[in-house]
Amino acid sequence: MSSLITREKWQTIKSRYSIYLVLIVMIIACNLLNENFLSSRNIANISAQISVTTILAFGETLLIIAGLLDLSCGSVLALAGVMSVFIYKETGSMPVAFGIGLLFGVACNYINGILVWNFRIPAFIATLAMMTVARGISLLFTRGQNIYQIGDYVWFGQGQVGFVPIPVIFMVIVGILTWYILGHTSFGRSLYAVGGNEEAARASGINIGRIKIGAYLINGAFVGLAGILMMARTNVGAPNSGQGYEFEALTAAIIGGTSFSGGLGTAGGTLAGAFIVGFLNNIMNLTGVDSYLQQVIKGAIIALAVGYDMWAKLNRTKKTLGAARIPNEPKEAKK
Amino acid sequence: MTQNLLLEVKHISKAFPGVKALDDVSFSVKAGSVHVLCGENGAGKSTLMKIINGIYQPDSGETFVRGEKVHIGSPIKAGELGISMIFQELNYTPEMSIEESLFVGRWPKKRFGLIDWRSIRERTLQLLEQENLPYDPETKLKDLSISNLQMLEILKAVSRDSDVIIMDEPTSSITNKEIEILFQKIDNLRARGKAIVYISHKMDEIFRIADEISILRDGRVVETRAKDEFDIDSVIALMVGRTLGHGYPKEDVARGETVLEVEHFSGPSGFDDVSFHVKKGEIVGFAGLVGAGRTELVRALFGLDEHFHGTVKVHGNPIKIRSVQDSIKSGIVMLSEDRRRFGIVPVRDVKENVTLASMEQFFKNGHLYTAKERSKVEEICGRINVKMPSIDVQVSTLSGGNQQKVVLSKWMLQDPDILILDEPTRGIDVGAKVEIYKLMTTLVKEGKSIIMVSSELPELIGMCDRMYVMAAGRITGELERAEFSQETIMRYAMNMARRAS
Repeated sequence: MSSLITREKWQTIKSRYSIYLVLIVMIIACNLLNENFLSSRNIANISAQISVTTILAFGETLLIIAGLLDLSCGSVLALAGVMSVFIYKETGSMPVAFGIGLLFGVACNYINGILVWNFRIPAFIATLAMMTVARGISLLFTRGQNIYQIGDYVWFGQGQVGFVPIPVIFMVIVGILTWYILGHTSFGRSLYAVGGNEEAARASGINIGRIKIGAYLINGAFVGLAGILMMARTNVGAPNSGQGYEFEALTAAIIGGTSFSGGLGTAGGTLAGAFIVGFLNNIMNLTGVDSYLQQVIKGAIIALAVGYDMWAKLNRTKKTLGAARIPNEPKEAKK
Repeated sequence: MTQNLLLEVKHISKAFPGVKALDDVSFSVKAGSVHVLCGENGAGKSTLMKIINGIYQPDSGETFVRGEKVHIGSPIKAGELGISMIFQELNYTPEMSIEESLFVGRWPKKRFGLIDWRSIRERTLQLLEQENLPYDPETKLKDLSISNLQMLEILKAVSRDSDVIIMDEPTSSITNKEIEILFQKIDNLRARGKAIVYISHKMDEIFRIADEISILRDGRVVETRAKDEFDIDSVIALMVGRTLGHGYPKEDVARGETVLEVEHFSGPSGFDDVSFHVKKGEIVGFAGLVGAGRTELVRALFGLDEHFHGTVKVHGNPIKIRSVQDSIKSGIVMLSEDRRRFGIVPVRDVKENVTLASMEQFFKNGHLYTAKERSKVEEICGRINVKMPSIDVQVSTLSGGNQQKVVLSKWMLQDPDILILDEPTRGIDVGAKVEIYKLMTTLVKEGKSIIMVSSELPELIGMCDRMYVMAAGRITGELERAEFSQETIMRYAMNMARRAS
């Protein structure tokens, strides 16, 4: 019996911490490939580069854990960012502009939440619709033109505290927030429960609608923040920015071990996932890998990461249950 | 005839974590005969059949088909060997037509791998005529009744030329008339030399259909004999062992005032004008056949389903139940019959599952008090005797009985006044069952009240103080403990007890 327990414990440890091991191995390998890799400038650079998508990835993590998803974050980022920049140019107030950015992120995601919960539209479809609508609104509002000369607003993207770029500080804050929500609040517990087994969560007295809409609201604040940082980093209010970022964010969350079946995932894992992707991009650039080939490699890594995860899970189930779980338990024949 | 064994298994054993499901089981079926396998829930019937059908692999033992030793690695292999299984709860693709489903997975092909629909149609019509079934090959499965679907499964088995047909409680959800049709079909198959394994625990059916009877209890075959050498009493006695009515850890508890009063409760899911009450310290049973509306009733009472009208009073105060939160607030909790769907969050650990319903105890202003949570969970799991390596393991790695205890722990943490236990011992081993019975006794001694829904009459008779019997969504009888008998309960359950008129 005791050997069984240690094996189970080892399995838990392996599945929980393997992502950090991958990250460490990667750092060592990258450092061997290029001696500039570990310089504080390079690391600060990478961190700043991944900050926007990582903030989005934290939002996706919360959602995926609850069995949800946001495909609209790239577009909503653009809408929130453009509105924030516009308001800044009108008012000249950084706090007001900041607030407006968050507000637009939250508002769009409130609608996402309503569509998913009150209208029972699958998250994939609801946020796909929002993706198109939000992009359309930001283009309509700006007539497709970039907003230039954004003045002090660039501080959000290019400012530094010591040698740490502002976006990185925001990324860390959002990361800590996500970690705290998931591990230390009843809301976080409920997210895991809703994603792990919605019916059981409901039968335990959890208000599913509140949890799902709440997850979208928090995601909305993250997306709004990401929009502000994005515009400030690129020094322009660009209605076309953020295209494809939803997939970058999803990639980081998935590599970080967030399970699309719901109920599993951590903030640390997502951060590690984001850095793995960031390091990978960086080292491929530093060593001069063809940029088209880079995409192929990135895609292959996603398939590998998730494939390994599923394979390990299958093995684990086989070992503990003697393959008892493989056939579907017959569903209740409701008439 | 004795040599003509179509299917034989020898010394099969199979263990799941925490449960020995089958222990040295041997079993055989002759050509042209019906072998009934009976036993209580959890006796190992389904596990044995799943092994024969290649869904599970035995830990040890041998299987012979037509005298040859075989290894059945998958249901496909079982099909090739001429073994067909008809499951209790049929899995089917609603949008498929009869002819598509009959040949699913082995559609005849034309050149370039195209499906030969014409030949399918011909063969379907031929089969339907041969078996005398008046179906249209294009009818979609979703438009068929359960009994028609069963017939279709039998047809599938026949079309495959299967020699061994296993039926797992085929009558659990069909009408009496349909049962007659099914039995005619079985007689017909028997006459054609097929071997049929028929799983059931309904006495009248068993004695009508069987040639041989094997009784399974706690994973062992306790007796195999020809039908004539059994009578109903001996079968029941062997099925339940020594525990019939006695042997339950039941203690007399003084009953207090009425804590729950339900009046004229009706709902869309299938219960109508139900009135009952529960007293403090009382275990109240709900008996009835599958589909009588018991589960639907308690689900609505717990706020999981809607109800139209009716009043619910807890401690004399009327309450409105619109959601689970409302009932929990009033001190009512429910252990659901389907642990996997409504009980556990399998991918999360024991600790999170246990505190799921009472997070407000450990979270102040949303912040978690880890140490308090750990100690409380460990205390409650220790009390309920959940066997696990630690409270940090995933619930999915525990055995069924321990998963059930985790769900119970979750509700104990709420310190409820009224517990609804819907099939609390379904699919768990005998040891865990007894522990749950003991816990029930402890709880009523502490002044709590229990509503127990169960399809196992012996445990209702063993544990309850009072019992309501339901049929077709209504309460048809109320019995005090002194009046309990299987016969009376079954009469009410089949609604045959209506006096005069």
